[in-house]
Amino acid sequence: MATLGRACLILALAVAVYGIGAGLYAWRTGRRDVATSARRAIYALAGLTTIAMVILEVAFLRDDFSYATVASHSSTTTPLFYKAAAVWSSQEGSLLLWVWLLSLWSSASLFFTRKRMRDVTPVATAVLALFAAFFTGLLVFTASPFHILGNAPVEGAGLNPLLRHPSMMIHPPMLYSGYTLFTVPFAFAVGALATGRVDAEWITATRRFALAAWLFLGIGIVLGARWSYAELGWGGYWAWDPVENASLLPWLTGTAFIHSIMIQEKRGMLKIWNVSLVLTTGILAILGTFLVRSGILDSIHAFGASTLGVPFVALIVFLIALAIGLVTWRSSLLRTEHRIDSFLSREAAFLFNNMLFVGLAFVVFFGTFFPLITEAFGQRRNVGPPWFDRITVPLALALVGLAGIAPLISWRRATVANLRRNFLGPVAFGAAVTVALIAAGGVAHKPLALAMFGLAGFVIAGVAQEFWRGTRARRAMSTDAWPVAVVSLVRRNRRRYAGYLVHVGMATLFVGVAASSAFQHANDVRIRPGQSATVGGYTFRDIGAVGRIDRRDGRIQRIELGSRLQVFHGGKSLGILEPTRGYYPSDAPFAPVSGMFDGESTSEVRMFAGLRRDVWSAVQPELGGIRHDTRIFDAAIRQMAKQGVPAGKQALAFQVGLEKAVVDYARSRPFATFRLIVSPLVSWIWIGGIIVFCGGLTALWPAPDAARRRATAGYAARVAQELGRA
Amino acid sequence: MAVLVLVILAAVVWVVGAPLRRGAAVEAEETDSAEREQLEAAKEAKYREIRDAELDFRTGKLDEADHRAIDRQLRAEAVEILRALDRLGAGDR
Repeated sequence: MATLGRACLILALAVAVYGIGAGLYAWRTGRRDVATSARRAIYALAGLTTIAMVILEVAFLRDDFSYATVASHSSTTTPLFYKAAAVWSSQEGSLLLWVWLLSLWSSASLFFTRKRMRDVTPVATAVLALFAAFFTGLLVFTASPFHILGNAPVEGAGLNPLLRHPSMMIHPPMLYSGYTLFTVPFAFAVGALATGRVDAEWITATRRFALAAWLFLGIGIVLGARWSYAELGWGGYWAWDPVENASLLPWLTGTAFIHSIMIQEKRGMLKIWNVSLVLTTGILAILGTFLVRSGILDSIHAFGASTLGVPFVALIVFLIALAIGLVTWRSSLLRTEHRIDSFLSREAAFLFNNMLFVGLAFVVFFGTFFPLITEAFGQRRNVGPPWFDRITVPLALALVGLAGIAPLISWRRATVANLRRNFLGPVAFGAAVTVALIAAGGVAHKPLALAMFGLAGFVIAGVAQEFWRGTRARRAMSTDAWPVAVVSLVRRNRRRYAGYLVHVGMATLFVGVAASSAFQHANDVRIRPGQSATVGGYTFRDIGAVGRIDRRDGRIQRIELGSRLQVFHGGKSLGILEPTRGYYPSDAPFAPVSGMFDGESTSEVRMFAGLRRDVWSAVQPELGGIRHDTRIFDAAIRQMAKQGVPAGKQALAFQVGLEKAVVDYARSRPFATFRLIVSPLVSWIWIGGIIVFCGGLTALWPAPDAARRRATAGYAARVAQELGRA
Repeated sequence: MAVLVLVILAAVVWVVGAPLRRGAAVEAEETDSAEREQLEAAKEAKYREIRDAELDFRTGKLDEADHRAIDRQLRAEAVEILRALDRLGAGDR
């Protein structure tokens, strides 16, 4: 089956190359049959990559360790869910996932636009085929997922323990869906520029794909943050790590794009902004994949060691040159049809919005690549979270403010009376929140966090006011009850009110970020059973060490060492947390007992999560005692080996030695270092993410078809009739 | 396995080459429906703009005079799109 998989990838490459040629030929000659053939090449690509994906997936599920990638990323004892998801934990599997998702979304976009923009779609097809050819080329020539080992091992290396978390398994498909979906508007933008069809039609045709891309990428980012918080053991959810930033960059410019296109659809403005934003977003999506896959940000010297670096850089340079060339060539066509009538208008708010998002993206980009730039010129220097926070926080505050302003302001121009009528309530509410928090105490010394809370209050009150007034207006035109009127309002104005919901979600998320960053209490403490530590008003009492051996089918999966902490607050016990550290066995059949603690280890975080605060704990056990015990058993097993004792008895001695060491650890009163964190409102980050997801899903939901019956009355009446029917 | 690969190859060639075998004749029939799709999409977008403006007026973001002017302009644009749709329909008959 590996042969079939490899053949499918070779065919896929050939089909993709054909798609490029056919698409470009159809563009130049206007031949619709060739354009249709190019489109079908993309469909065929989807079929071929699906076959390849299924073959690889089956290999993982069947534990076929003759596949090199299965042997290095899975094992017989890996749980089924993680086996299925382990496909994309490898370089090869993740590249296959990328091109598979690309082929699916490309096929969908070309199918739904097959009767529209007949001059644009051939170019778009060629661009999508170019991306597909690049990735299938990598799979065929440098990173084949169907490489077969000469001697298939009996057991695989297993999945990296850090990845054994549901969030981490869903995170790559979400991110890659985001990246690949953004190639769709990218491709259509290139087509629009190449053909000179720079009106809003390419935006209308691809808007849903851009929105879906934004949604998936956002979900992927939040899932990654959740994994970091719940699994990595450092207690945070965002570290401005290059890998995190790689996914944030296209999301920032993509957010600007999905706002900005509304202006072009309505008023024919911001054309240069829109093509520039979507081209930048597409390039950043490729750059994000490159950053993660090439290892370049570990060190510039790692670039040469990676086989993917040079091809990716070549593609990125080509895309940048293509984008600059096209925008320059069509700059006269991209001139705006109208001007902004007033700075007190939604158009102006969206323009400021664009600037802020692009500014944020630039800051993140600069900070991410700063180490690379400095290394290239001499000595590597890093910038850390304090630098990022110092610059991004004020920009984020401005963005939240704009998220509150834009829904309350009209298109074209707002009068002073309108502003007063629309802003009074939300501003008053935001101010009241701020004053109330100051009065409550303990907040005023963190002015940025306080500003975020006030602005979030402004945003939420503004959206509530919009829903209230809209529902009231709806009821005035119908006899609907309130709940029905709300649903009807959203259904008839899906984009607007779904967008409002997203704003509420983002405001909620930022409240969680601000509170958990500014008012967190964290400490690393070294205690042993019987001792206590107090962090943030919570007392943690070590009531005993724990040690466990996790076995499956008689084989050791991991050893857990940790402690039980009883948590008190205000004199009452909240319960017991049991943070542990997991140690994983090495592959060698006769590894020493002490070797159990020399390999990969993971932090098993334990927390009490609540709406008001999280009480979070992680542990780093001290292994001095257990290492001493295990060395004694290692020496005994070595002696047994010298004396020719059968391997079975040696293995039994290994098991006995390990069990005794773990039991003795639990019985002893060992010191351990605990990271203890009390963090307010963290849960609101995840709640905000869910609200954003619901809003995005609502915006994406297909609208019911409007009735297309022809009225016999005049046109004006027909417009009125059809508007009323929708 | 070789047979399976050949079958897949044949299927790909058949699917991708089918439009070339049919030629340009069939494509011409779809021209009108593509134009109709474009006009219908433009009509929906215009109706959306009209509803947006009305909602802005009813939620207090637009004065009555401003709304009347914008609404008149947008409805006129919608009527033009309907005329174009009707011309297309008349051309079908």
